Amino acid sequence: MVHFIVHEKQDTTGVVVVEGVAAGQAVTGWVMDTDEAVQVTVRDAIPIGHKLALTDIAEGSDVIKYGQVIGRAVAAIPRGAHLHVHNVKTKRW
Amino acid sequence: MSLQDTFWGYARDNGRVGVRNHVIILPVDDLSNAASEAVANNIKGTLALPHPYGRLQFGADLELHFRTLIGTGSNPNVAAVVVIGIEPGWTQRVVDGIAATGKPVKGFSIELNGDINTIAAASRTAKEYLQYASGLVRTEHALEKLWISTKCGESDTTSGCGANPTVGNAFDKLYAAGTTLLFGETSEITGGEHLVAARAATPEIGRKFLETWSAYNDFIVANKTNDLSESQPTRGNIAGGLTTIEEKALGNIQKIGKRCRVDGVLAPAEAPDGPGLWFMDSSSAAAEMVTLAAAAGYVVHFFPTGQGNVIGNPIIPVIKLTANPRTVRTMSEHIDYDCSGLLQREYTLDRAGDGLLDVLFRTVNGRLTDAEALGHREFVLTKLYRSA
Repeated sequence: MVHFIVHEKQDTTGVVVVEGVAAGQAVTGWVMDTDEAVQVTVRDAIPIGHKLALTDIAEGSDVIKYGQVIGRAVAAIPRGAHLHVHNVKTKRW
Repeated sequence: MSLQDTFWGYARDNGRVGVRNHVIILPVDDLSNAASEAVANNIKGTLALPHPYGRLQFGADLELHFRTLIGTGSNPNVAAVVVIGIEPGWTQRVVDGIAATGKPVKGFSIELNGDINTIAAASRTAKEYLQYASGLVRTEHALEKLWISTKCGESDTTSGCGANPTVGNAFDKLYAAGTTLLFGETSEITGGEHLVAARAATPEIGRKFLETWSAYNDFIVANKTNDLSESQPTRGNIAGGLTTIEEKALGNIQKIGKRCRVDGVLAPAEAPDGPGLWFMDSSSAAAEMVTLAAAAGYVVHFFPTGQGNVIGNPIIPVIKLTANPRTVRTMSEHIDYDCSGLLQREYTLDRAGDGLLDVLFRTVNGRLTDAEALGHREFVLTKLYRSA
């Protein structure tokens, strides 16, 4: 089963595409760009559609999805953690 | 089946082809909604398009109002139009604009007549038009006669992974077939504007796109009171997992596929003058953008959603698709095409796009969409600024 999707290999975040992902669960991702599989153990429960960090992301650094910058981390985000509005902000507005 | 060479539609006098055959009762202004709805109630099978504007507008905002009403009446999905306004001057302006298509159109004004006499006279014309339209038959037309628009809504992260790339795959195929395509949502390109500009067919078109995007972005920056959280992205987007406008935009622009070029930039409700993929300067609010697309002459719309938007349009069929399995489960009556299997690798993007094209051809040949069957007729005019 594909638990989460990664658009590009260099992305630092992926999207959970199934319901019920629980903290501590080992989940499998599909990198669409390269058709590779990737494994991560999640640290938080992550709802469908929400994102997890694929690497340790330092506070202040860019978050990458689709191979592009989608915002900056406003807190340190460890690999496997829920990545969303509580720890990432837009760089535009 | 996927891409077919022809479809079955209604040939109009101006050379365009419609996929629906509506007779509409079109109010020029808010004051004429009641009479318009009364006529539509008298003559079953006609359709009133009430809206809240049309008084004391001026300048570019007034021009957009006229362009939207005239464009709506001129849309090839409309067979004939009854126009009702409070006074004769602006009513006749809308009538004259629609008459350029060659279709039957007649105006009625309420001042010096009152609602009841106006309703009686307009109902007689509406009856004639309905019977005229009912005698028209579908004929077969080349695919390049088809105009298709797209805009997404209640997006979430699955939109960018599944539903939007599915539209993009279908758009790549429709573009190569010589159809006329549209995308827009100016503010919702923010974060991916460089990628759209890079797809422009010429440097001049790229520059015009970036100027258009910058002007809209400057307006937002000048008027914003926070980082637009809950407005853009919306609360629904955030609940669905979208975090920033950049992320939403990068998902949004998946809808223009991988091979289409951007062939031109349109003002709101402006009709394109040739085939290809056009960008329209437009709101990212669902009903506003679809209304503008219909006013520009597009006859069918792809609407990918994540969390589940329920939008329709009175005159053009809106085909909704999602890749979110929870939305498929909880809102199935709104989803014309389920592409959630894409995210479980059950089929390829190419096959998902072909499946959407099957739904497109079924729809343009006459089958009603979920939004049509459920009576969704959102007709929402874009207003540029305060009235005088």
